[in-house]
Amino acid sequence: MKSLIIKDLHVSIGSKEIVRGLSLEIEKGKVHAIMGPNGSGKSTLSKAIGGHPDYTITSGEVLMDGVNILEMEPDARARAGLFLAFQYPMEIPGVSIANFLRAAVQARLGEGEELEATEYYARLYKKMDALEMNRAFTSRSVNEGFSGGEKKRCEILQMAMLEPSYAILDETDSGLDIDALKIVSNGVNALRGPEVGILLITHYQRLLDYIVPDYVHVMVEGRIVHSGGKELALELEERGYDWIKEGVNEMATA
Amino acid sequence: MSTETATSIDIDRSVGDFAYPESHTFDAGMGLSRDTVNYISDVKNDPDWVREFRLKALDVFEKKAMPTGWATKDLEAIQFDKIRYYLSNGQKPTRSWDDVPDDVKKTFERLGIPEQERKFLAGVEAQFDSEAVYSNIKKAVGDQGVIFVGSTEGLKEYPEIFKKWFGKVIPTGDNKFSALNSAVFSGGSFIYVPPGVKVKHPLQAYFRINAENFGQFERTLIIADEGSEVMYMEGCTAPKFETATLHSAVVELVAMKGAKIQYVTVQNWSSNVFNLVTKRGLAHEEAEIKWIDCNIGSRLTMKYPGVVMKGRKARGEVISIALAGDGQHQDTGAKMIHAADETTSNIVSKSISLGKGRSTYRGLVHIPKHLKNCKNNTECDALLINSNSRTDTYPAISVRGTGNACQHEASVSQVSEEQIFYMMQRGLTEAQAMSLSVNGFVNDLVRQFPMEYSVELKRLIDLEMEGSVG
Repeated sequence: MKSLIIKDLHVSIGSKEIVRGLSLEIEKGKVHAIMGPNGSGKSTLSKAIGGHPDYTITSGEVLMDGVNILEMEPDARARAGLFLAFQYPMEIPGVSIANFLRAAVQARLGEGEELEATEYYARLYKKMDALEMNRAFTSRSVNEGFSGGEKKRCEILQMAMLEPSYAILDETDSGLDIDALKIVSNGVNALRGPEVGILLITHYQRLLDYIVPDYVHVMVEGRIVHSGGKELALELEERGYDWIKEGVNEMATA
Repeated sequence: MSTETATSIDIDRSVGDFAYPESHTFDAGMGLSRDTVNYISDVKNDPDWVREFRLKALDVFEKKAMPTGWATKDLEAIQFDKIRYYLSNGQKPTRSWDDVPDDVKKTFERLGIPEQERKFLAGVEAQFDSEAVYSNIKKAVGDQGVIFVGSTEGLKEYPEIFKKWFGKVIPTGDNKFSALNSAVFSGGSFIYVPPGVKVKHPLQAYFRINAENFGQFERTLIIADEGSEVMYMEGCTAPKFETATLHSAVVELVAMKGAKIQYVTVQNWSSNVFNLVTKRGLAHEEAEIKWIDCNIGSRLTMKYPGVVMKGRKARGEVISIALAGDGQHQDTGAKMIHAADETTSNIVSKSISLGKGRSTYRGLVHIPKHLKNCKNNTECDALLINSNSRTDTYPAISVRGTGNACQHEASVSQVSEEQIFYMMQRGLTEAQAMSLSVNGFVNDLVRQFPMEYSVELKRLIDLEMEGSVG
């Protein structure tokens, strides 16, 4: 089966180890959620898998359909099928969403292949219609002056156009009011399918009311300490993280 | 991946880096003296008043000090005695496309001028070395009474118009390099647009330096008579040379009552060229002069297009983009001299510094006390590609009197590592990501360029960015 496999991953920022031996397998077609308290290393995990230069992978492997992507530059990982929806998407002043996506789609074509403009726009508009987006949206500069909700919708549109094999959605719910959360969740649900494996990173359970995961993992202090089905999210909502943290401490002292 | 890799730029000049065998019939030799100036006057068969004008200018040039009091000391590297001040292959301006030499056509091809454009070259004047080798006025333009010729032909054939304005907007002694140009000028264009004539198609001149150690001193004079409109475009690419090359042009514009002139420049010099240009326009009542200026490359560019708003309600505008690659210095800006009531001016300047490239903005806005209801708006934005690059802003604004308004905004921004990572995560290479941010930065200005120039500009920025990473 095709999957994104994270094997005993250790990640440091400077001399500080943030991710401390994390292992996880995300199968194509499945949705995994990672939950955890602030500072547990959730965002570090996503940036490190994406190849951000500030994050040093000290040991471990990340295999995408059997290929170790840690040797690849961030752009090569992206073209190989990895997508990160950012917690804080960057602004690119003066570059329209349509032109940005066009460059990204063009980058996936072989040498000498030229993206056909009319086909591209037809596909873009189809995706936007499916996500119920106003067509005027793509003439705006990428994320410039966007509300929190608009930024996240822009991420979802990019994901829809780039059709990744694996997508990591980092705190997609942060900064969203309930209406925006519903819209963004609908977008993710629309993209869900047998061709994509999704890792949802979230602090709050409420996102999982709208995007129901197949598996839920709890991350504490750089490791996955507990895994279960979707019902685990509800249990966390009810009981908080403390009972799991205590379990970790017991494990550590045992 | 790093945004600090731009310290050594190996610019791919596949667009501009090419040269053909040189064949020069006349050569003034190296160095500058009265003999050189007389030689140029002899070869060009100058009228006496032009010879005198040149010789006087030479005196002024020799007396004037280098402006290193305020400008960069790098100017001292110019060796005036190692420069050839005049070369000509003796070609007469040609009239039809078939008459144009093949190597000239090849150059147009390499410049990427679209096929349609080439067919449209009936409206183009191109300068190779110091003489126009191709000069054919589109019939329609000629029928409208528009004069579009080389400056040499202009001063001989139309002395009554030429003499009236030549050297009046930019006097010989304006600065050391305007004096130099006045002494040795050759080439450039002379345009006269009769009253009420609106020239539909932009008039274009493509020129480039083709001989090593050869300074190019073209002189352009454009006069738009009452109520007329004209757009002029010039673009330069120069081949790579080992030794410094000097380019020092003088461009004078005169817009009579209600006339409009737009002057568009896209320059892509190789990194050994000193590009020291004086450009100024005189706008009469209700006239409009707009400079659109893009400077890429060169060792040092000093250029501050100006507009003197002499008549009521005259308008001046400078839109400029400068890209300073590693080891390059773009010292550019604008001058707005308000000399009548209700005059308005606008300056938008964007600069990009790469590697150790340096960009400097110098702006002069002058609104004296006795004027009423004048307005100036100045915006200057700088983008730094890495921490080694440098940008300076020297605005000189003197606004006095009542009811005059001036607004100045400046910003400095950087392409951040996070921004590059974001774009790379979407599959763009580092160079593509940089290129996209830079193009985004200048996008609102590029949109004001004519279509073919905006495409060319985007390609030039792509080339510079490709050279700047990895």
